[in-house]
Amino acid sequence: MTSLSDETIDHLLQVSTLPDLAATKYEVLETLGSGGMGTVFLARDRELQREVALKVVASMAMGPGTIDRLSSEARILAHLEHPGIVPIHDLGRLPDGRLFYVMKRVKGSRLDEHARQLESTADALRLFERICEPVAFAHAGGVIHRDLKPENVMVGPFGEVLVMDWGVARFGLQSADSIELDSGQPEISRQTAAGAILGTPGYMAPEQAGGAADLDERADIYALGAILRFLLTGEAPPIAGEAGGHRAHPPDTRRWSGGIPRPLEAICRKAMAIRPDNRYSSVPEMSAEVARFLTGGRVLAYPESVLERARRFTARHRTAIVLIAVYLAVRLSLILWRRS
Amino acid sequence: MFPATRHSLVVQARSSDLQVRKRAYAALTAVYWKPVYKYLRVRWRSSVEDAQDLAQSFFLADSTQRMMTKYEASRARFRTFLRTCLDGFVANERKAAVRIKRGGGAQFLSLELQEVESELQRRGSRDELDLEQYFHREWVRSLFALAVDEFRSQVRGSGKAVAFAIFERYDLGEHGEAQRPTYAELGQQFGIPVSQVTNHLALARRLFREIVLEKLEEITGSEQEFRDEARDLLGIVPR
Repeated sequence: MTSLSDETIDHLLQVSTLPDLAATKYEVLETLGSGGMGTVFLARDRELQREVALKVVASMAMGPGTIDRLSSEARILAHLEHPGIVPIHDLGRLPDGRLFYVMKRVKGSRLDEHARQLESTADALRLFERICEPVAFAHAGGVIHRDLKPENVMVGPFGEVLVMDWGVARFGLQSADSIELDSGQPEISRQTAAGAILGTPGYMAPEQAGGAADLDERADIYALGAILRFLLTGEAPPIAGEAGGHRAHPPDTRRWSGGIPRPLEAICRKAMAIRPDNRYSSVPEMSAEVARFLTGGRVLAYPESVLERARRFTARHRTAIVLIAVYLAVRLSLILWRRS
Repeated sequence: MFPATRHSLVVQARSSDLQVRKRAYAALTAVYWKPVYKYLRVRWRSSVEDAQDLAQSFFLADSTQRMMTKYEASRARFRTFLRTCLDGFVANERKAAVRIKRGGGAQFLSLELQEVESELQRRGSRDELDLEQYFHREWVRSLFALAVDEFRSQVRGSGKAVAFAIFERYDLGEHGEAQRPTYAELGQQFGIPVSQVTNHLALARRLFREIVLEKLEEITGSEQEFRDEARDLLGIVPR
C-alpha cells in the first residue's frame, strides 16, 4: 500500500475539497464556511482583481433536472438589481459537474451581531426599515425570500443593509426547488421537493412550517415581524411546532420582555399572525406602520385608548403645545394685568 | 433499509453466505489494519510484537466477527464502532492475560510493518493526541492510500497514465509546499503546455475523488454514513 505523509494527506484533502477553477478566472483564497448544501470560498477574480465569494453547490446531491432549474432561477435572481440585494456576478459549472455562483463579497457584520450595537429603539426601527426595502423590491419582482432571519442580513460599515441567502427564494407560486446562494452559515434550512419545508424555525411562518406549497409574500412578512421582534427584545422568537403548522403554533399572548412600546409589539404581532390573512398584506404596509410610530403617528395595528391617544398627541406636538401654552399663559397674564 | 445494490463491505460482512462474508471481511481488514495497528501502538502503548499479535487476533477473532453482525449503522459510524470493539477486545485480552498465537493469514502485518513503524516514528510525541482524531486521521490515510493504489492500477497502460503521473508528481510528491514543482516545470518535464498540465491535474483529481468515494461507499455501513463521511472528507454530498 502507498505510504502517505501527513503533509500529503493535508494536501490531498485540500485539493480534493477545493473546487477545480483552473478553467475559470477565479482562484480560491480561503474557505469561508460550509453547510449541507455546499461550501463558500473567498476567491479572487484574476481579471478584475477583486475578491468575491464563490459558492460551490453540492449539486451531486440533486437530481439531473435540478441543475438546469437552479441555473435558470439564479439568472433571474441576478436581474434583481437593488443595493440591498447581494448581486450574483457569475454562474458556472466545475469540471466535476458541480455548480458554482460568484457573488459580491460582503463585508460587515450580521444583523444578529450588529443588533448589540444599536443604541436606541429608533435606531433599530430605522435599520428595520432599510431591511424592508430590498424585500419589498424582491416581492415587486415576484420573488419571495422564504428564509429571512438576522443571520441572513448583513450590515455594512456605513450602515448599508444587504439581504443575503436568497438560496431558498422562489418565484411567485411556481414550483421550485431551493437554490443556495448563501454565505456559508450553518444551514437549518432543509430542502426537499417543491412544497416541502424550507426556512428556519422561529422565523418561519406557520404555513411554511406546515409545508404549504402556496406560500406568498406574507410568509416573508411573518419573518420580518420575527426580525423586528428580535431587534426590539434581543431575543430570538420561540420556535413554533415545525410539522403541525397552525395547530402546532400556540398563540403568544403574554407581554414581551424588554419594555417594548405596545404599538411596536402590536406591529410584530400583526406581522406574525398565525393566519396569513391577518398579517400585513405587503411589506410597504408594514414598513409604513413602523414609519408612523417613528414620527409619532397612529399605528393602525394598535387600538389605542383615549388616554394613550392624548399622550401620543402630546408627545408628537410637544413643541407646538408648549408654544401655545406659553402664548395662552402670556395672554392670560396680560388680560389679568390689564384688569387689575 | 440499506439498498441491496450498494457495494458495502460492511453489509457484506454480515451476509449469510460464508464466502461473501469472508471476502468482505478480508477487504475490510485491508482498509483497517493500519489504523488498528497504529491505534494499538499509540492508545494501548503495545510493543511492536504485542500490537502485531493483537491486531492479528482482533481481525481473526470469532468474537470480532460476531460483533460485526451486531453493527447498527443508525447508532454510530462504522469506524467508531470498530474502534470501540477494538478497545473492548484489548481490555478483555489483557484482563485474561491470554495471548493465543494464532498464526497463519498474518502476512498482511509483516509485509508493511516496517513502513508503518516509520510512519509512527515520524509522528513524534504521542502524549497529546486526541485518540478519536488520531484514529480518524489514520483511517483517512489508509483510505487515501488504497485509493491511490487503485488509481495507479486503473490507469496503467491507459491514456490517463500521464494524468496520474502528473498527479503523483504534483500532489503525492514528498516535497512540501515550498518545493512543489510549478505547472510550467511539469509542462517541461512532460513535454506539454501548461494548460494541459492543469487539465491533466484536474482530471486526475476528479478520478481520485471518484475512487475515494467508491472506497468510502465500500467501508461505510449505511447510505447516511456514506454521505456524512463524504461531506466531512471531501465537502460533497454524493448522489
